[in-house]
Amino acid sequence: MATADVIAANRLTKRFGDFTAVDAITFNVARGEIFGFLGANGAGKSTAMRMLCGLSTPTSGSGTVAGYDIATQSELVKRHIGYMSQKFSLYGQLTVRQNIALFAGIYGLKSKEIKERCQALAESLDFTKEMDMPVAILPLGQQQKLSFSVATIHNPDIVFLDEPTGGVDPITRRQFWEMIYKKAEEGTTVFVTTHYMDEAEYCGRVSIMVDGRIQALGTPSELKQEYHARNMDEVFRRLARKAQRQ
Amino acid sequence: MIGCAIHITNVSKAFGTVKALDGISLEVNRGEIYGLLGPDGAGKTTLFRILTTLLLPDSGSATVCGFDTVREYTDIRRAAGYMPGRFSLYPDLSVEENLEFFASLFGVKVSDNFDMVAPIYNQLAPFKTRKAGKLSGGMKQKLALCCALIHRPEILFLDEPTTGVDAVSRSEFWDILTHIRQSGMPIFVSTPYMDEASRCDRISLINSGRILETGTLDEILHRNSMPLLAVKGENNYHTLLALRKVEGVKTAFLSGEYIHVFTEEAFEPATLSAIEGVREVKVIAPDIEDVFIKIMGNGNS
Repeated sequence: MATADVIAANRLTKRFGDFTAVDAITFNVARGEIFGFLGANGAGKSTAMRMLCGLSTPTSGSGTVAGYDIATQSELVKRHIGYMSQKFSLYGQLTVRQNIALFAGIYGLKSKEIKERCQALAESLDFTKEMDMPVAILPLGQQQKLSFSVATIHNPDIVFLDEPTGGVDPITRRQFWEMIYKKAEEGTTVFVTTHYMDEAEYCGRVSIMVDGRIQALGTPSELKQEYHARNMDEVFRRLARKAQRQ
Repeated sequence: MIGCAIHITNVSKAFGTVKALDGISLEVNRGEIYGLLGPDGAGKTTLFRILTTLLLPDSGSATVCGFDTVREYTDIRRAAGYMPGRFSLYPDLSVEENLEFFASLFGVKVSDNFDMVAPIYNQLAPFKTRKAGKLSGGMKQKLALCCALIHRPEILFLDEPTTGVDAVSRSEFWDILTHIRQSGMPIFVSTPYMDEASRCDRISLINSGRILETGTLDEILHRNSMPLLAVKGENNYHTLLALRKVEGVKTAFLSGEYIHVFTEEAFEPATLSAIEGVREVKVIAPDIEDVFIKIMGNGNS
């Protein structure tokens, strides 16, 4: 890969008819970085993320993810990323082991590797009898930890996390962030969206989208200083209140 | 107790082998916003369903506005406004059609009770012909609140009204609740988000079907005050691992840009400043999440 940047977006734009959902956003994310992608409902986060994952073609502008062009090499992009969303990530009726095998297979792992990863995950998640239980009966926190592990089972260059920690208890939430830090330490870049601004404080850098544009970008400390705010919640509210879209 | 908006005595409910609620007791007074704070799976929705007469408790009893939830359920259904956690509106009906529909269920006219919802509904008025399914998250919550208020209830039940809503809409929603409370209407509200505790008059922390703590936010913080250090390192992951090896450190957890460290009583904070890569060590007051973690930890051990 030519640069150390895992994401490079250059005036990335998506229009639906005469509505500009994402309006010429430019930003870079470096390898191993934890990048928070914030914005109010309807600010354009999901549309931008779909483009970065190779699921939607930009109207104009360009971008690379893991070194591949998101418009012309979207299949290669998909193979080098992981994706986890709170809404859908695992099959509840399948057991833990079956879910791991299914996703590892989709990501192209060989059956021998799958067996090894199953073993390694059982240890790191502290699952013993859980491996052969249906996922649906596990507590939500354990499901989310498993879901993150599955999304990164192929050691992708970057993992996209779409509101990963909604509703979990505070202990599990901190353990979840510890998993994220560990993965980033191992070199996986983490791209995360959240509505909860205390979570933004865990990120190395954050961007805040308003009406399709990136209005602010920096480390949480820089943004708090720039907006004379005590916390990220204040920064966010100051920016998002200016939104015109409904 | 007379005058209590909600009175819950030792309510339990199991689903198969899972104890969803395990001996819950609490009281909600007139004119207060009472918050039930806990993670998914704590039992919040089960308690709401029992109080709104949609589910029978296995044991224990509860009254709402003085009516028994089992024997006098029809009275409660008239008296209560209920906003369930999942989107409860008809997505194919417009904003105004939804409001009219819910009014008609209770045999009232929107025009007779419009004062109840006017401040909220006026924010939605520009979109009144839009289908409810096409509204943004924040607007859906506002419409659902209007529909729960339109029959002029005596008490309001809101089950996770702010889940999945962005920070600005969330804050606006709490402003609305504070305004409604001024009319004297008691509001029983649940949330998985600890930072919303400061918007409630009193709260209960709930986990695994049991109440962990009850009181005002200040009371709970005061009762659970403890030595807590916030530490920041050049690389918080490395620092976290290093801190856990230090003698006298009980627990260390990531918490935003800091690591929160609980220590033994006599611990000297300067010990941590000496660790390689540590940039900042300060003594802080625990917030409600720290308290929740501490109490949860006690329950586990």
